[in-house]
Order: sequence, then structure tokens, then C-alpha cells
Amino acid sequence: MKSLEELRAIRERVQNQVSMRAEDHAHTRVVVGMATCGIASGARPVLTALSNLVQEKKLTNRVAVTQTGCIGLCQYEPIVEVMEPGKPKITYIKMNPEKAAEVVERHLIGGHIVEEYTLNSADIK
Amino acid sequence: MYRSHVLVCGGTGCTSSGSQQIMETLKVEIEKAGLQDEVSVVQTGCHGLCALGPIMIVYPDASFYSMVKVEDIPEIVQEHLLKGRVVTRLLYDETVTPSGVKALIDTDFYKKQHRIALRNCGIINPEVIDEYIGTGGYEALGKVLTEMTPDDVIQCLLDSGLRGRGGAGFPTGLKWKFAKQNDADQKYVCCNADEGDPGAFMDRSVLEGDPHAVLEAMAIAGYAIGATQGYIYVRAEYPIAVQRLKIAIDQAREYGLLGKDIFGTGFDFDIDIRLGAGAFVCGEETALMTSIESNRGEPRPRPPFPAVKGLFGKPTILNNVETYANIPQIILNGAEWFASMGTEKSKGTKVFALGGKINNTGLVEIPMGTTLREVIEEIGGGIPGGKKFKAAQTGGPSGGCIPAEHFDIPIDYDNLLSIGSMMGSGGLIVMDETDCMVDIAKFFLEFTVEESCGKCTPCRIGTRRMLEILTKITKGQATMEDLDKLEELCYYIKDNSLCGLGQTAPNPVLSTLRFFRDEYEAHIKEKRCPAGVCKALLSYHIDPDKCKGCTLCARNCPNNAIIGSVKNPHIIDADKCIKCGACMEKCKFGAIYKQ
Repeated sequence: MKSLEELRAIRERVQNQVSMRAEDHAHTRVVVGMATCGIASGARPVLTALSNLVQEKKLTNRVAVTQTGCIGLCQYEPIVEVMEPGKPKITYIKMNPEKAAEVVERHLIGGHIVEEYTLNSADIK
Repeated sequence: MYRSHVLVCGGTGCTSSGSQQIMETLKVEIEKAGLQDEVSVVQTGCHGLCALGPIMIVYPDASFYSMVKVEDIPEIVQEHLLKGRVVTRLLYDETVTPSGVKALIDTDFYKKQHRIALRNCGIINPEVIDEYIGTGGYEALGKVLTEMTPDDVIQCLLDSGLRGRGGAGFPTGLKWKFAKQNDADQKYVCCNADEGDPGAFMDRSVLEGDPHAVLEAMAIAGYAIGATQGYIYVRAEYPIAVQRLKIAIDQAREYGLLGKDIFGTGFDFDIDIRLGAGAFVCGEETALMTSIESNRGEPRPRPPFPAVKGLFGKPTILNNVETYANIPQIILNGAEWFASMGTEKSKGTKVFALGGKINNTGLVEIPMGTTLREVIEEIGGGIPGGKKFKAAQTGGPSGGCIPAEHFDIPIDYDNLLSIGSMMGSGGLIVMDETDCMVDIAKFFLEFTVEESCGKCTPCRIGTRRMLEILTKITKGQATMEDLDKLEELCYYIKDNSLCGLGQTAPNPVLSTLRFFRDEYEAHIKEKRCPAGVCKALLSYHIDPDKCKGCTLCARNCPNNAIIGSVKNPHIIDADKCIKCGACMEKCKFGAIYKQ
């Protein structure tokens, strides 16, 4: 390595991964239901897609992607919950990696809830 | 890219309680579950809560598993890593609350800490240079080489108020300034990692957890004073630290962060390791340098100070590991940032190794000015068994005791000196009512007698005479004249010894005499050890009214010193009794007492 630029390039590359190892109350938590029902309906690719995107888009300093167990709405799995500090929880249902990417882009980055994928928009009787 | 990082502590404490096997099992189980591309296992340095080792943290949700066993691993992998259900029963109790899991930074142990020197310990993998760079590593070196003059660097350190963390507290910037002012064809930067105080292990933890921070700071020092070669003098008894240092140096050389023409600025700097062979005196600066020169590790008189004539007769600076670990952060965040923490004359933070009678044995980093009460009761979790706090010992064999009456003293260099102790390298040993202060003083004197290098008479012979008097006191054979003689010897040794070892050796005695003279007098006048520690002054007895004659004590006595028949009160044969206390521990009726 001969220049500061090269050092900064390494830093850029690693920073997003290392900054996952921090605890911050201001973090937005993105939680993927990973119980048997979730895994069976395809939660794992959703989880990896979310996790990778958050790192690629350099959001690890404010967004943590984690899993949880059964949320109780098995027929709507894969379920992704977005908990922003000081805001009501948003529940996205029947997710897939493509929808997850949309949520990252529009909700986590853009700040607008993707209404059409939320539990509220589903026709629950 | 991984969605989750599992951090396993690879510090000496956790390694000795089995963290290596845990890491192996973890990797196997993760592979079994098919998670190897999603979850990464990272070996880190010390998290500080050594009492709870082996420690494992799962990110990004920061679940803190303590005292992990190999048998627990399959469950953690299946439940937590695969299905996202935290295994609550294995979490650190403090983080589990009725309303859910509490963040680690909100626990009593962490919430008052402020980690600067330890900021990467337990966060990054010390054997991967990229992780250090990812947290801003070597950025400070880049800034220094491209934007600052050597004088700027020294001024920054002077303004920050950083003082030597090895214990004496000499201003680091001033030390560098002196070394810079002396022109020479070659200068040296040395790092004192010969941590020898009993109970102190913060330098080891920094080297094990964040070795690159030390290398980076040494390169910065080299630029500031005009040196091209550095030496780290580290104890051979720290194999993990030595190993990680070697890896770190190799990686830094490979990246061109050590060696020739660093960052293309024309600045050359390289570092070599020298292993100490286990002599305490080699932590003293002149003895350390003599040892690096491959001579017998003995101190020499100062002046000339190392900044004028140090290693190989050239201007040299020697700083402690923890001092170095602060420097990159000071350069990056500025002198004001550092100076905003701490007390008027002691800036920043200090790492302490908590040991002795305390619940949370381990490593803590606190802002200067934190009170002893906060450190012991809140961060340290108090004294086990509801016992009463008696004193805290700081500064190892060179320091002294802080008694209960100074429990609220804000910890900084000057406050500790004013009550006859010293900051020292950061060992903090807590003692309760069952510790005898004369015995403690004797313990430290035994250490200094053993470790005195023998070059100067006051230290070599004086400390031995002191130990003899202390031994007499603990055996109940001393007179009050002996006590006066002991005190006189203390001052004589302090004033006349050649180096810091001898000059500070009487401190444990002076400080216990100052605060616990009554205990010394009880040993001498009443032939009694108030804490019940000094065996020669103790005798065990059986209360015939309470003894039920169950024979349990007699069966457990290793020396058959208890006589008696079933259902009749027993008696202890004082001639045979070796005062081990086994009978007292076993008695179910509280019939045995010592006096």
C-alpha cells in the first residue's frame, strides 16, 4: 500500500461489516421471522437479501437486521418488521428478496412506508 | 457478506476457560446448519468481563452469552443463529430483564465505562489488519504524515494532557518534546509491555485485542521525534500477546504501514519485538533498555534521562502500551476531545484490572475522576458474600492502599498520590474484612525482595530487613521498637535506592501503616491478628456447648488433631493443629471458632 487512498478503500470495504458490531439505541431494527413457518415459506433468502443490502448501502451504522421466532401470523410469512425508534412498528408480509430490496430502497433509505406490502393493507377478516 | 457476526473472546482469560474449543465447535455446528455463508465467527480480544468467561456475543442483535460451554453450542446455533430465538437462559443475567433483553451498554458493568484504549478490544479480530483499518485504523498515521509537522504532533499531545499510563504519570508530550530536541543520527521509540505488577493485565489485553493501535502509535512517535526504529519489550509469559504482535507486525509490513517510505511520504519506520525473561525490574525504563541491549537487566542512574541517552546511548522514548493505545484516537479526534474527559490534571480514561474480593473480576476503562465507590460497587458489582469493604490496593508493589474512609475519592494521579498510593499501571485489588493488612504488606515485600536486582544496597538489603521485621510481626514476635525501625527503614530505602523499584518498594508498608497502624499494633501488643489471617497468632477452638459430637470435624482434619468420641464434645489438640480451617468449614453447628 503506498497511498492514503488505498487505506481508505480498505476502510470503506470493511467498515460496514465491522460497524455491525455496535450497540446503539438509535438503531432501526429490521426483524425477520425465522421460525419453522418463516423458513418454510422462504424467510432465509429474505433475511440474507436484507442483510446484504443494508451492508452494501452502508446503512449498518443505523440499521440492524436480525431474526426472531414465530410472530404468530404464519399464513403471512415471510414477515419482516421494521422498528424505527420513536415510530410505530411496520409489519411487511409475504416478503421475497425483490420486495425486500424495495423496502430497503423506499422505506429504510427513502423514509416512505411501502404501504402495499404491509399487514394493514392486507385484507384480514 | 455475512448477516451475523459471532464474536468469541480470545483473550487469555477466556482462552484458559476454553474459548478455543468453543470456537471450533461453533464453526462445526454452523457448517452443519448450512449457515457458513451467512454467519461469521470472529475471534476477538478481551471484553473485560473475565469473571464470566468464556464470552460470546452475537451481532447485530448484540446478545451477550456468558460462561458458554461446548455443550451449549448446538442449541445456540440451531435456536439463535438459525431460527432467531435468543437462548435467554444462557445470556448474561444482568442483560435479562422482565421486559426483555437489555443492551450490554446499559448494564452496570459497562454503563459507566468509556472505552478509548480498549475501544477495539472485543470488537475486532486482532489478527486481521483489515478489521483494524475498518474502524479507522492507520488513519491517524496517515493524517500525521501528510498533514502535520512533528511539532504539531507533540503540541497536540501536550494540549491533550495525556500522561504516562505506566503509573508515574509523566506528560507524554513533554517526553516526546525532550527526545525531539536532542539531535542524533539515530533515535529509538520503545514500548514497555513488561507488565509485571501482580494482578495487572491491561497491557496484555490491549496487545491481545488491538495490537495495531500500539504499532500505529509507535510509528506516530517515530515521526514526531525523528526515529526510524521501534522496539516492543514484552514479557515472554504473554504468549498470545506476543503471537498477535508478530502477526500484526507482519501484516503492517506487508501493507507498507511499517517499513520504507510509508504512504509515499519518505518516512521510514520499523518495529521489532524483544522478549523479557520475567524480571520485574525490567519494567523500569533504564533496566528495560539495558535488557534490550542484551545485557543483564539492571537499572542505571538518571540523569542522563533516556530522552538524552537511552537505548544504545541514543535519544529514546519509552511509553507504556496503554499510553500508546490512546494516541491514534487523540490525533483523530483532537486534543480538546481528550482533554474534555477526566479531571483538571488527569485527562482521559484509565484502564483498571479489577481483582481480589470483587464480583466482576475483569478489565474496565473509566474516565479519570470516577470514584472508587463507583468502580467497586457499581462497575465491579460489589464484594462477594456481603462482606465489608476494607481497602483497595492500587499500583501493585509500588503502590498503597485506599481505605474505606477514602471510598469516595475521585481516582486520578494526584488524588491517589496525596493519600500515599499511586495510579500504577492499573491493578486494583479489592480487600474485605477478612484480609490482614500486615499480611498484604508482607506479600508485596516478598515480591520486591524476590525481584530486587541487587545492584544497589538499600533495595537489596533494605527490603530484606523490612521483610524480616514484617515476618516477626505476623508471628507475634515483634516489639514496638521493631515497628519504629521498620518505618525508619522505609524512608531510608525510599530516599536512597537507585531506581523506581527500590524507591517505591516501601509504599505498601507506609500506606498500611498510615491507615491501619492499629492492626500492626494488635499483632505486636496483643499478639492478635484482627482479620484472622496470620496463622501463628490464631488458634482454633470448639465450643463444647454447641458441639453435638457428630465427628465430622475429626474425620475432615488432615492432621488428626481433633479428639473426641461420638455424641461428646470434641477438642482440638493445639500442638497438632495446622490451622487450615477445614474443621470450621465443615462444622454444621457453628461450634468451631478461631481467635
